[in-house]
Amino acid sequence: MNKEIADTTQTTDVARNEAALLPPVDVIEDANGITLYADLPGVPKDKLTLHVEGGNLSIEGELALDMPAGMDSTHAEVSLPRYRRVFTLSKELDADKVSAEFNQGVLKLRIPKVEHLQPRKVEIRVA
Amino acid sequence: MMHRSPFPRDLYAELNRLQREMQQAFDVSPSIRGLARGYPAMNVGGTPQSVDIYAFAPGIDPASLDVQIEKGVLTVAGERRADAVPEKATVHIDERAVGSFRRVVTLPDDIDPNAVEAKYRDGVLHISIARKEAAQPRRITIQ
Repeated sequence: MNKEIADTTQTTDVARNEAALLPPVDVIEDANGITLYADLPGVPKDKLTLHVEGGNLSIEGELALDMPAGMDSTHAEVSLPRYRRVFTLSKELDADKVSAEFNQGVLKLRIPKVEHLQPRKVEIRVA
Repeated sequence: MMHRSPFPRDLYAELNRLQREMQQAFDVSPSIRGLARGYPAMNVGGTPQSVDIYAFAPGIDPASLDVQIEKGVLTVAGERRADAVPEKATVHIDERAVGSFRRVVTLPDDIDPNAVEAKYRDGVLHISIARKEAAQPRRITIQ
């Protein structure tokens, strides 16, 4: 089982009843850390909130669409005004060094592994 | 080379995905083109002056989007390229849509296909089509 980065949105949703959309994500791990991509279309940069707290990473965004005054919605597939998803980070990930980029509704997060846990080449000496 | 974990991913992630698919399957769409929710997700709304369509297509180069109106049908097509996975990396979760897409929306009869505005902002394509002058509500003065 993959325990590097566990999706715990379900459990936290019980605590916070506000309905939210679950953004689709890609999580890719390499030797030095994890890269997470999340699709949050309709969220401007200033409405995106990232929290790293107690080993949890939460991604929240509020939609802000440019709607004409008095618009009636006739068909809505994106029917809630916010996105939320929470992940549990494992201990070897360095939560203090998370870096984020947000561009045209795509969030890219880079979470490096704690330095001493990064792979190192071990020299083998033949006696 | 891309390595994919042979084990099931986190159970909660799987449950979330299942829940999302269920929600989508039961969400009744008024479209004659069926219940299938494609990519990009779309919202449609209108005012007496315009019809507004929102296509949720994040991370796309707006130049590669193709928007056409023909015989009262709006088509949005494009392609979303997959991000390159570095060598020796493991893909743990892979949910984001990639590849080419096309969605069609039947427009009401009273639109003016020559008065269309399309903007791409924050990953959402907003197409606003004006309604014909003649179709707009008018107050009639009684003499």
